[in-house]
Amino acid sequence: MVAHRFVSSLLEHAQDDGRPAPAVTVFGAEDRPAYDRVRLSSWFDDRDPAGLHLDPYPDGAVEVVAPATVASVDREAQTVTTADGAVRSYDTLVLATGSRPFVPPVEQHQAPGCFVYRTLDDVEAIAAYADGRATGVVVGGGLLGLEAAKALTSLGLQTSVVEFAPRLMPLQVDDGGAAALQARIAELGVNLLTGTRLDRVLVDDAGVACAVQAIRGEEAVTVEADIVVFAAGVRPEDSLARAAGLDVGERGGIVVDKLCRTSDERIYAIGECALAADGRVYGLVAPGYQMAEAAAAHIAAESEGRAFTGADTSTKLKLLGVEVASFGDAFGAAEGSMAATYSDSRRRVYRKLTIAPDGRLLGGILVGDAEDYGTLRALVGEQPPAAPEQLLLPAGAAGAVSIGPAGLPDAAVLCSCHNVTKGAICTAIHDLAEKSDAEVTPKQVGLCTKAGTGCGSCVTSIKSLIKSSGSGGSSGLCEHFTQSRSELYTIIRRDRITTFAELLAKHGAAAQAQGQRAVNDGCDICKPAVGSILASLGGLLAEAAGTGRKPHVLDGGQAALQDTNDHVLANLQRNGSYSVVPRIPGGEITPDKLIVIGEVARDFGLYTKITGGQRIDLFGAQMADLPKIWRRLVDAGFESGHAYGKALRTVKSCVGSTWCRYGVQDSVKMAIDLELRYRGLRAPHKIKMAVSGCARECAEAQSKDVGVIATERGWNLYVGGNGGARPRHADLLATDLDDDALIRTIDRFLALYIAEADRLERTATWVERYEGGLDRLRSVLIDDAEDRGADLEALIAAHIDAYTDEWRAVLDDPVKLARFATFVNAPDAPDPTVAFVPERGQIKPLLTLGRR
Amino acid sequence: METLDMPETSEITEALWTPVCKYTELEPGRGVAALVGGAPVALFRLGDGSLHAVGNLDPFSGASVISRGITGMRADGTATVASPMYKDVFDLATGVALDAPEVRLPVYAVRRHRGTVWVGPDVTSVSDKDAELLTMATSAV
Ligand SMILES: Cc1cc2nc3c(=O)[nH]c(=O)nc-3n(C[C@H](O)[C@H](O)[C@H](O)COP(=O)(O)OP(=O)(O)OC[C@H]3O[C@@H](n4cnc5c(N)ncnc54)[C@H](O)[C@@H]3O)c2cc1C
Ligand code: SF4
Repeated sequence: MVAHRFVSSLLEHAQDDGRPAPAVTVFGAEDRPAYDRVRLSSWFDDRDPAGLHLDPYPDGAVEVVAPATVASVDREAQTVTTADGAVRSYDTLVLATGSRPFVPPVEQHQAPGCFVYRTLDDVEAIAAYADGRATGVVVGGGLLGLEAAKALTSLGLQTSVVEFAPRLMPLQVDDGGAAALQARIAELGVNLLTGTRLDRVLVDDAGVACAVQAIRGEEAVTVEADIVVFAAGVRPEDSLARAAGLDVGERGGIVVDKLCRTSDERIYAIGECALAADGRVYGLVAPGYQMAEAAAAHIAAESEGRAFTGADTSTKLKLLGVEVASFGDAFGAAEGSMAATYSDSRRRVYRKLTIAPDGRLLGGILVGDAEDYGTLRALVGEQPPAAPEQLLLPAGAAGAVSIGPAGLPDAAVLCSCHNVTKGAICTAIHDLAEKSDAEVTPKQVGLCTKAGTGCGSCVTSIKSLIKSSGSGGSSGLCEHFTQSRSELYTIIRRDRITTFAELLAKHGAAAQAQGQRAVNDGCDICKPAVGSILASLGGLLAEAAGTGRKPHVLDGGQAALQDTNDHVLANLQRNGSYSVVPRIPGGEITPDKLIVIGEVARDFGLYTKITGGQRIDLFGAQMADLPKIWRRLVDAGFESGHAYGKALRTVKSCVGSTWCRYGVQDSVKMAIDLELRYRGLRAPHKIKMAVSGCARECAEAQSKDVGVIATERGWNLYVGGNGGARPRHADLLATDLDDDALIRTIDRFLALYIAEADRLERTATWVERYEGGLDRLRSVLIDDAEDRGADLEALIAAHIDAYTDEWRAVLDDPVKLARFATFVNAPDAPDPTVAFVPERGQIKPLLTLGRR
Repeated sequence: METLDMPETSEITEALWTPVCKYTELEPGRGVAALVGGAPVALFRLGDGSLHAVGNLDPFSGASVISRGITGMRADGTATVASPMYKDVFDLATGVALDAPEVRLPVYAVRRHRGTVWVGPDVTSVSDKDAELLTMATSAV
């Protein structure tokens, strides 16, 4: 990594000075282009090594020889020799050989099943070996070890971490921080063995690793381990330098001066292999990059301006989903320093700041809540603008002060990987905003300044600066509205606005900015979002207007706001045909109704499939046939299932106490009650629910937006769960509720979500980012601490009063019916692009070829 | 009598125009599909009363769905429609896909005469010139 930075910097120097670039040859032992080792663990997300590659060198500028291990250096002859015997001469040699993993020399440490965690080859080998295996042990509970533990858990292994020190991350956090971290990580199912020394790896008859033996206090413990990953630290890779007779430190590392020259002035050493002028070996990328810049400046321009005299070892990481940051003098080692701490053992948050006697901020440790890391780190050495106790309080707490990067001096370094100041970032944002009308993004800022392209921990600060500069990153919905969805919701409700045109005219971006050209239409982002708000509020607005009739989503002004599926109250499929899903509340259906669905499908030639939400989907309907299909269904007592809407979808249920030997409550009845209560309720995104009749959870309620699980005494309520691409376990909001309390709490939850979430934001993300967390959510929904209960319940009550079946309403209205004609001038002509071919006894779309 | 300006191309004759529907049948902002000389056409009446006709086939999906898209207007006044399939946005005046300028919908002439909407010949190549002028105009700013 550091070598890559060095070469890039050297080429830039040559370009800036208008000189031809020097001839550069890079030897790399790994059979890969340069890649981002810091993000190694993200390989497990998509298993795509290319995602980690660093920018390739400009064409022809650099000769890369890989895989090729340099075996020796002849300083006299100024040549290097590779393992396969090739010889190359140099004027200047730069060693950036990094580190090798440290493997404690215990018995059987090389048995099959033992791995290290350093390279792409390592992670690929770990993933391949883990397939079909069940348990794993990580040796080492530092940064590397916790990343490895996360990787093993994501591979489905029951994972243990063995750490010699009495706490995790001994280098970065103190006891308090480690306690918060440990509690959180233990919750995730990782078995932590701190204060435990690895004694040996145990092997089975075939000589393959099967367990480790470790010593904890006096006793020996055995932990099963089909796979053992050593992450017990690294040692500088200085063997080439040693063999060549260069000075190396007592505990390893190639001795360099502040220009990164070794004891031979034609040879430089940078990155993790170097023992810097301040006597330290840095195992982080930011100091490595600074060494690369120092060496490049000296080699290219004989400049001593970038000398490397030492660096900050601040880090911010997300380990197993827990934010951990440590910066400056984290442990308060400086003489006379004092510390202020905040800890909340229930939320598992720990925050500490160390302060000099004169009040300057020295450093700190943040676990569980490190949102303001960028700002606090940049304040190191300064007088903070507020009392340390106030800075420690979590955002949202009474008395908390959040300074944010906008309050920092221009000279404050925000991106420590690339040494970029706040001032430089603000200038770049300003310039970018001048150049184009489009929103400035952190990515563009990164391209101009490199800020945020290293470890990425300052991206939050960059976003916040963009936002405060007014150059985008705003929460505005789209170019037509500077307000967020939630702000628009408040405006519409307050001013009782009933049409998109009125909202755009009074509150649109063009209306606010005087003298702009009249933009009298929205777009495919704001129109459906506003359409959805108008639909959510339909009942309330009708009540307020005294009309009592809730507008239909396909009424005049609203019809043009409806996106893809809502546009025709059915789900658009890839060939332009639609699928139809009648509501089957709770998944309960009579044989007669099942027969009707079968007959309709047969008569209209539809493909049928059972959905995951316990209902039946009928595919392949032409738009013009939709009303005819609905007619048959409605006559048989069905209604719209809203499969097309950002609305309540289904309430899935198990059979519960009525049939099941284990059931403790009637889950089917509760599911039907809930589904009929919330049917048709439009929301920022779709809402799925489920009810299980006992703790065995056969309805999988914990993966739903709202999950209800029966207990002996009532119901447990879970919220914010999700399946799909980003699965999330729902949070337990309340326990043992009776029927009334359950329904009241769900009413409030849904109404609050509708009022406050962003456009297309599922409850999972909304709950996750809810200011004040689950505790505040509980206090709002259950204790009614903010006095919003009645207001929230009113929305749902008005919705229930005004509910009508959307399909039936179309059938009763000739104007709406006319919109389903295939062609306005040939209503009955079939759409020639919609055609089908048989497959497994049903139909499938005959695909018309598009570019996607 | 209201008419929209017609391009002065010699091939255009009355015979090339098809009456499609009543103007009042069109819901502002909500398109309809029409069959014009066997080709599916998406027809829009926008909030400001203007009429637009483009091909109904979405080139990205191959499905005949453009008329079911959401119309919009960009800050520079460009009237647009977003395909409901993969949400690609097209310029209603030129048919060009905003994010993939090499892809475009055919554009048809359209006019309103005595309460009836008529769709005329394919004027894509003419609208191309408009588009060139448009880009020249905006880049000159
Ligand atoms: C899983 C993981 C997570 C990390 N997370 C962070 C983090 O969050 N923040 C942070 O700051 N740092 C992190 N680090 C550390 C960071 O990756 C290193 O500080 C950085 O990679 C050091 O760069 P380098 O160029 O000095 O060494 P390396 O990236 O190791 O590069 C050295 C290269 O030299 C090659 N080489 C060695 N000897 C020879 C030879 N004789 N001939 C040819 N080639 C040779 C090696 O094969 C290697 O490819 C992490 C490291 C790991 C493994
Ligand atoms: S969740 Fe309980 S009640 Fe429901 S089916 Fe499963 S075991 Fe039976």
